[in-house]
Amino acid sequence: MQATPIHPAKPPVAPTAAKADDDKTVPLRINGRAYSFDGDETMPLLWYLRDVLRLTGTKFGCGIGACGACTVLVDGKAQRACLTPMKALAKREVTTIEGLAGSELHPLQQAWVEIDVPQCGYCQAGQIIAAADLLKRTPNPNDDEIGKISNLCRCGTYPRIRKAIKRAAEITRERAAREGSKS
Amino acid sequence: MSKDRTIANPSRRRFLVVGAAASGALIVGWRTVQAQQALPYLGARFEPVSLGVFVRIEKDGEVIIGARGCEIGQGVKTSLPMLIAEELDIDWTRVRVEQLPYGYIDTDKGPSDKYGDQGAGGSTSIPTAWKDLRQAGAAARWLLLVAASAKLDIPAGQLRTESGSVIAPDGTRTLYGDLVDAASKLDPPTEPRTLKKPEEFKVVGKPAPTVDAREIVTGQTQYGIDAYLAETLIAVVARSPWIDGEITSLDDAEARRVPGVKDIVRITGPKPGDAIDGALADGVAVLATSTWAALKGREKLKIEWKPGAFAEESTESLRRQADELLKPANADKAVAVRRDGDVDKARKAARKTIEARYGVPFLAHATMEPPAALIHVEKDKVLLIASLQDPNGASEVINAVTGIARSKIEIRMPRAGGGFGRRLKNDYIAEAALIARQADKPVKLLWTREDDIRHDFYRPFCVFQMAASLDRKNEVSAWSAHCAATPRNHRDRGMKERPLWNGTLAPDDFPAGLVPNFDLSLLPLESGQPRGWWRAPVSNATAFAVQSFIDEIAVALKQDPLALRLKLLGEPRELPYHGHGGPVFDTGRMAAVLNAAAERIGWKRKPERDRGLGIAGHFTFGGYAAHAFEVSAIDGNVVVHRAVCAIDVGHVVNPLGLEAQMIGGTIDGLSTALNLGITLKDGKVQQSNFGDYPLLRMAQAPIDVEVVIIDSGKEPSGAGEMGLPSALPALTNAIYAATRVRIRELPIGDQLRKIL
Repeated sequence: MQATPIHPAKPPVAPTAAKADDDKTVPLRINGRAYSFDGDETMPLLWYLRDVLRLTGTKFGCGIGACGACTVLVDGKAQRACLTPMKALAKREVTTIEGLAGSELHPLQQAWVEIDVPQCGYCQAGQIIAAADLLKRTPNPNDDEIGKISNLCRCGTYPRIRKAIKRAAEITRERAAREGSKS
Repeated sequence: MSKDRTIANPSRRRFLVVGAAASGALIVGWRTVQAQQALPYLGARFEPVSLGVFVRIEKDGEVIIGARGCEIGQGVKTSLPMLIAEELDIDWTRVRVEQLPYGYIDTDKGPSDKYGDQGAGGSTSIPTAWKDLRQAGAAARWLLLVAASAKLDIPAGQLRTESGSVIAPDGTRTLYGDLVDAASKLDPPTEPRTLKKPEEFKVVGKPAPTVDAREIVTGQTQYGIDAYLAETLIAVVARSPWIDGEITSLDDAEARRVPGVKDIVRITGPKPGDAIDGALADGVAVLATSTWAALKGREKLKIEWKPGAFAEESTESLRRQADELLKPANADKAVAVRRDGDVDKARKAARKTIEARYGVPFLAHATMEPPAALIHVEKDKVLLIASLQDPNGASEVINAVTGIARSKIEIRMPRAGGGFGRRLKNDYIAEAALIARQADKPVKLLWTREDDIRHDFYRPFCVFQMAASLDRKNEVSAWSAHCAATPRNHRDRGMKERPLWNGTLAPDDFPAGLVPNFDLSLLPLESGQPRGWWRAPVSNATAFAVQSFIDEIAVALKQDPLALRLKLLGEPRELPYHGHGGPVFDTGRMAAVLNAAAERIGWKRKPERDRGLGIAGHFTFGGYAAHAFEVSAIDGNVVVHRAVCAIDVGHVVNPLGLEAQMIGGTIDGLSTALNLGITLKDGKVQQSNFGDYPLLRMAQAPIDVEVVIIDSGKEPSGAGEMGLPSALPALTNAIYAATRVRIRELPIGDQLRKIL
């Protein structure tokens, strides 16, 4: 593990330097950049993101996978970072809230702003990541399907989360139509 | 102004400073941008927060407004700057908001707050700001007007302002940005300025989205827990599982061998029985280079504890204590909160007396962001970055621990991941300071969820014995509420100066003043558990007892529960209300929210099979709320099909934010009523994390909460707490309507599943 924190803008290891043949290092990609982890392999991804990379958008809430504040995408699927040891991430692609947007906000992020979902906002990164996973599998989720998101919100923003997920599905369609009309 | 030359673009970098001192006097002056520079150790992603001002007008017209309050999700980072923007007369879309740090200042008269009250508690931010921050905006506008008057040679009285410009009688517009230089040379107004009339409002009353929503949804917002300084050591603490427990032996050899663990230090809590105004408990702190190493190190500690005096305490023993105290033979132990008339005499003369007993448990706050604090204690100064509700208290606590002058304690208070009253206690700040004093590096203290659930300042445990006497005309002739509770006023500094019932009961709560013979009393329970302020203190427990009992009376009288409430409230009038939320309780405003909630839910219709409607209303800290729910509970599984919340908080500053607070308060109330309770066994808290303290999840929450806002045009109250109290009894009343099962003990848990 790096002794000194490194800002994500300067990855500790250049993409080409990530090696898979060294037993003690875990090569992985986070938000499109290559990293090589050589610390305690039992350390959960959450603390690597936060303490080492300072990607603090992924939050600590419970440490037992119950609240979802630390939800990230691993190879596109929602996963609790607090229960994901670094050793399970070799050659995996991790996406955190900081890496979700492309050239414009992700439809969920745009919808979250439009509907004004956040109160304290602490759980919202995890909620958005969980919703991204849902929308990928179910582009037009109904209320029951949305209700399967198990992330906790202590402020009680659930009704606006529901509205925002439905709005994000619309934005996705609007963008697809826009792209379609360009080509 | 010479300092300006040191800055790259001085012409753009002077700005107007308007501040309100704690005395209410206005401070207006000039500052350079130097104080605004982001401190390098915070990293490039951290917004510069050391603004030190309320209003800054760049020469290009951009307006930056400082947000003074602790943002804990209640929306003050948006709503307080709106009040300034309104009186300054600027276009809200052109405003950029920046969070202010804590503004301690030394004055001739002692400590003072540079920015006024910055704390978040009791839903007071808006009512306070309604007075002083609007004046801050008006003073800035006045300076710009005077500057324009001189520049244009037109009397100020003939000028007006609009959207960031001063407008002359002939329609000529002068931008604020072009007046900044001249305005800077003027003395601030000595008299309060005349404020806008509500019908002139352009910003206040219009929906305004959260100012930093975009940063939140992209993961850029840094909460207290997200702050790091170079070489920060992470600290976690093993605390005594018992209140007033002491360490009898510590073996930390194995913990010290964990790679990354740098040091292990001890901290001390209060002496047994003393005020808890520093750390909550004795403990052992593990300092490490990463959170993971600190947590592993803590697991390896071998500590033996000597429990304190309450090692035998359990929820069962508390219940037995309450049962005993509530026996008529112990009536002499009751501490009077309010007594009118003669309850005993009325009871003897009554046609019938109805009695019921209600219980509510200890509650933990469980803020999504657990307590955490980054602190750097140096020889003669301190920097604290933490999510707070009481920065003034944090400053005091650090001063008490370190001895460093408060003027040398810099406090930054980024957005907090929830508050709910937890952060009104600064025990975690004291802990961080106690640890950092023993370290030569910055320390970030982190509480795990288990730490948080087990070491909180809990909402008091209460058992209410209610009795209502009905005379021959079926009027309520006597009302008594004897509350056996672990008083919130417990081991507080200054406890003896306040009545014992402070924070547990409120003398003038409904139906005080509406029933001729009235008795509200506290029977104090002995308990070692720390108690604190939990969202809508007092109301979060009393509303359940009172509003459930009203329903039971209505059932006994075969009356409509809404009609009975309205009958008790009577003609619209103001009753005296002593204590927070007063000076009056307006029965008409209460009736109006009840009627609005009833109308929206369709109170008079017969709900479909297996469903029931329930209603309740409560007055909290100056705000009037009513809830109406439509629920079913087939096989004991509660489903809230519709949820309505009607609210009157007076003038509405931000309707979008108010709606959010009511949705959130309603769901918090449902979560609490359905699932949440802290229990004790062998002197220890039995719950530990979200598995056994299960906050409501989306699937259990209503699809929507329909919020009906009544703008009564009265002086505004806050909005953070009003949305909760009546949600709990409205739910249990609706469950009764659907099932004929009366819930008298919270949480509901599996009570219904056992019966239905």
